[in-house]
Amino acid sequence: MTSVLQHPGYDEEKLRRVTEQTPCREAQTGLLLSLMGQPQQYSYPSIFVYGHRASGKSHVMQVLLKELELPHATISCVECVSNALLFEKMLLSLFGCEAASLLPRTPSLSDFVRVYRHQCVDSPATQTRYIVMEKAELLRDADVNLLPALLRLQELVDDNLTVILLSEITWDKFRPNTGCYEPLVLHFPDYSKGDLQQILSRDSHPSYSADFYSSYINILLGVFYSVCRDLRELHHLAALNFSKFCEPLAEGKVKESDTHKLWRNIEPHLKKAMQTVYLREVSSLQWEQMQQMEEKEAGALKGLSAHTHVELPYYSKFLLIAAYLASYNPARTDKRFFLKHHGKIKKTNFLKKNEKTSNHLLGPKPFPLDRLLAVFYSVVDSRVAPSASIFSQISSLVTLQLLTQVSHDDQLDAPKYKCAVSLDFISAISRTVNFDIVKYLYDFL
Amino acid sequence: MLQPIRVRDEPNQEVVIAGQVVFPRMRKNRSIMSKRKAKYAHLPIGESITQVQSMLRERLCNQRLPDKPEGTEAQHKHLLELLRRTAIHGESNSVLIVGPRGAGKTMLLKCVLRDLLEDKEAQKSLLQVHLNGLLQTDDRIALKEITRQLHLENVVGDKVFGSFAENLAFLLEALKKGDRSSSRPVLFILDEFDLFAHHKNQTLLYNLLDVSQSAQAPIAVVGITCRLDVLELLEKRVKSRFSHRQIHLLSSLTFTQYLQRVQSQLSLPQDFPDVKFAQDWNDSIKTLCEDKSAEEALRRHFNSSKDFRSLHILLMLCLSRVTVAKPVIKPADLLEASRLCFVDAKANMLHGLSILELCLIIAMKHLNDVYEGEPFNLQMVHNEFKKFLQRKSNSMYNFEQPVIMKAFEHLQQLELIRPVDGSAAKTQKEYQLMRLMLDHSQIMEALQKYPLCPTDVKQWAMSAFG
Repeated sequence: MTSVLQHPGYDEEKLRRVTEQTPCREAQTGLLLSLMGQPQQYSYPSIFVYGHRASGKSHVMQVLLKELELPHATISCVECVSNALLFEKMLLSLFGCEAASLLPRTPSLSDFVRVYRHQCVDSPATQTRYIVMEKAELLRDADVNLLPALLRLQELVDDNLTVILLSEITWDKFRPNTGCYEPLVLHFPDYSKGDLQQILSRDSHPSYSADFYSSYINILLGVFYSVCRDLRELHHLAALNFSKFCEPLAEGKVKESDTHKLWRNIEPHLKKAMQTVYLREVSSLQWEQMQQMEEKEAGALKGLSAHTHVELPYYSKFLLIAAYLASYNPARTDKRFFLKHHGKIKKTNFLKKNEKTSNHLLGPKPFPLDRLLAVFYSVVDSRVAPSASIFSQISSLVTLQLLTQVSHDDQLDAPKYKCAVSLDFISAISRTVNFDIVKYLYDFL
Repeated sequence: MLQPIRVRDEPNQEVVIAGQVVFPRMRKNRSIMSKRKAKYAHLPIGESITQVQSMLRERLCNQRLPDKPEGTEAQHKHLLELLRRTAIHGESNSVLIVGPRGAGKTMLLKCVLRDLLEDKEAQKSLLQVHLNGLLQTDDRIALKEITRQLHLENVVGDKVFGSFAENLAFLLEALKKGDRSSSRPVLFILDEFDLFAHHKNQTLLYNLLDVSQSAQAPIAVVGITCRLDVLELLEKRVKSRFSHRQIHLLSSLTFTQYLQRVQSQLSLPQDFPDVKFAQDWNDSIKTLCEDKSAEEALRRHFNSSKDFRSLHILLMLCLSRVTVAKPVIKPADLLEASRLCFVDAKANMLHGLSILELCLIIAMKHLNDVYEGEPFNLQMVHNEFKKFLQRKSNSMYNFEQPVIMKAFEHLQQLELIRPVDGSAAKTQKEYQLMRLMLDHSQIMEALQKYPLCPTDVKQWAMSAFG
């Protein structure tokens, strides 16, 4: 049975268009439509819709309101940072610019309700008016009276009005302290793998068959589905990588039905995309350019992380290595690593048992400047004088955010630092100065 | 068996004008019905369904008042008596209506006002000022609103007053009628009364209650609040001027009374245009309330909350399933609506996570089990995940650290994990301590329903220690 939307208050043709534009969302659209009821009937004052991002909440609402030509105001809470913007936008969408201009300079909620009621007298509601607020989780950070007032706006303005909040956070985290008018809570479930396949296959390229495109989508989902289910991201990735997928076809090497060869061609490319474009290491433009270039030239793709590898002077590298050792080795083990004759050190059983105390899991610990210099002098092979140039290099490391200063700026005599680099980074650096850092780390004993 | 349906070709002319009291329209219907009664036995089914929907929706959205108070007769009488004394006899009063959210406080007040205004004298002389704590967040705004609602903007003009009290006294003075030496009685209704107690110095409350105690003008101050401890919020001088009269709406319903309430909320009144349809509808509602599974669902709702609002949400969901094809509410509708109300939101969100994110959550669960709820960071979670991959997994493979980081951040954006309050700025992202905001049972329940979950992941989740 094809689920066709039907409702007595709305035109069948319009409903058919709604169904076309909202694939795999028939149940939710039907539920929303039945709750909205006929245009002149009242609907519940506030409805809260939650679901993952890109699960179609805004899309379904927009399609419903636009196709059925219902009076509405769509507001993104990201844009409306102040109350004035919010109220102005609402009045503008519902009543026009004359109403919006009636608001005073810094309108309070009281002014908004007053202007709204005034407008209602001139143009009473023959159909339910809808106010849709996207990214509603930001309302929690606005004025404390805004969210409760919006939830009961129907009662406050005495009009046939419904406020619909869309969010990806659950309603439990919204409830104010002393309670509020509880909205009707609806869930938009995520798309299943089949749904995603169906929706993504709709944008097939005209010059290739639909089956070809859906086999491509199948391969794409096979690589990315376990990591990401966001429809927008997958759509973006599909659009970016399709030309590479069609490349062997364009060159005439394979036929459309040769799925295995096509898979072999695209799979390493998609894996690379996961490390770069998916993480926004490279921009989409760079990715497309890279695809144009030859295989050999495309070796070095500079991502954003590559820019963090700064070329440091010799002593700075050793200072950084010393800082890393000071952060990740407990202070009592310094004697063992850095003194020539350290004597016997008892390995207590208690310490080795609890794996959680591995410093590489807990994070870097702060260390005083004296300790840093002590480790530095034992690590550096040549004799270095404690001059101002060494100390200024420490400050520049802090500016580069490779070290973080933990103590307050006022404490000049005993500043404390923490090392803020990862193990991969410091291994790369120590390789350049021929220093085996792993030998000196307590966790890798 | 239904009579043959007559298709009406003129569009439905009835236009709902918002804010109008319902009764005038009902009277219009009745007059039309009396003309048509001779011709048709009843309306076509589509028309009846539309009428039912309109009527019941208005009732569930609190736009239509019940004819007589349900379960609050004593409070209704008390409040009506009090307000009558102010409106007709000119006696000043103050009262607080206290009750939890959705108990029916506003409904009670509206019913009382409607009954009060049936009296001609009260209707002629009583003035009403409606203030709301959510809208009038400041005493200055409140005063402007009072001026506006008493239609005294022209009288006030550009006058500058020294204090709030002066301003209020001027307003009340301006309400004096020509023939009598006393001013008209004013009814001040303060919704969300507890929010007014947070204003600076509680000036508005002090002045209003002061006027109600002194012989200046007959006013009645009615406060509506959900806080039972509202008197603790008032300052000593304000509290002493308050009459300490409280009307409590603490529902003490039994289950039978709750069932009766469900029935009355869904039943159609006597003056419904299609009498036979109304009869059938009311009978079907009665059968619904007697059905075993429906009763069980209602009992579950009764056990969680007895107030009107949660009932209205449930009934709204049931009502939305009434169509021309199925013109009654069946027990299945009630069960489905009940299921929608009681579903666990976080489990729903877990259903939509990618398998990598789900594995991270299972890793966090294991960390919580081993270290008894101590906060964790990304490195620990990744470590735990790597242990699983080494030992037990054959369907998942290791992802790069940045990909894991992105999944972790997604979980943070969904507020399924939250950072422990601390110096968030100074620590690196991988080492920032977090807590899991999910329960053990929620995770296990979500795993049962998770689509295409690999068996090794499920087994890993069920095992006791990592």
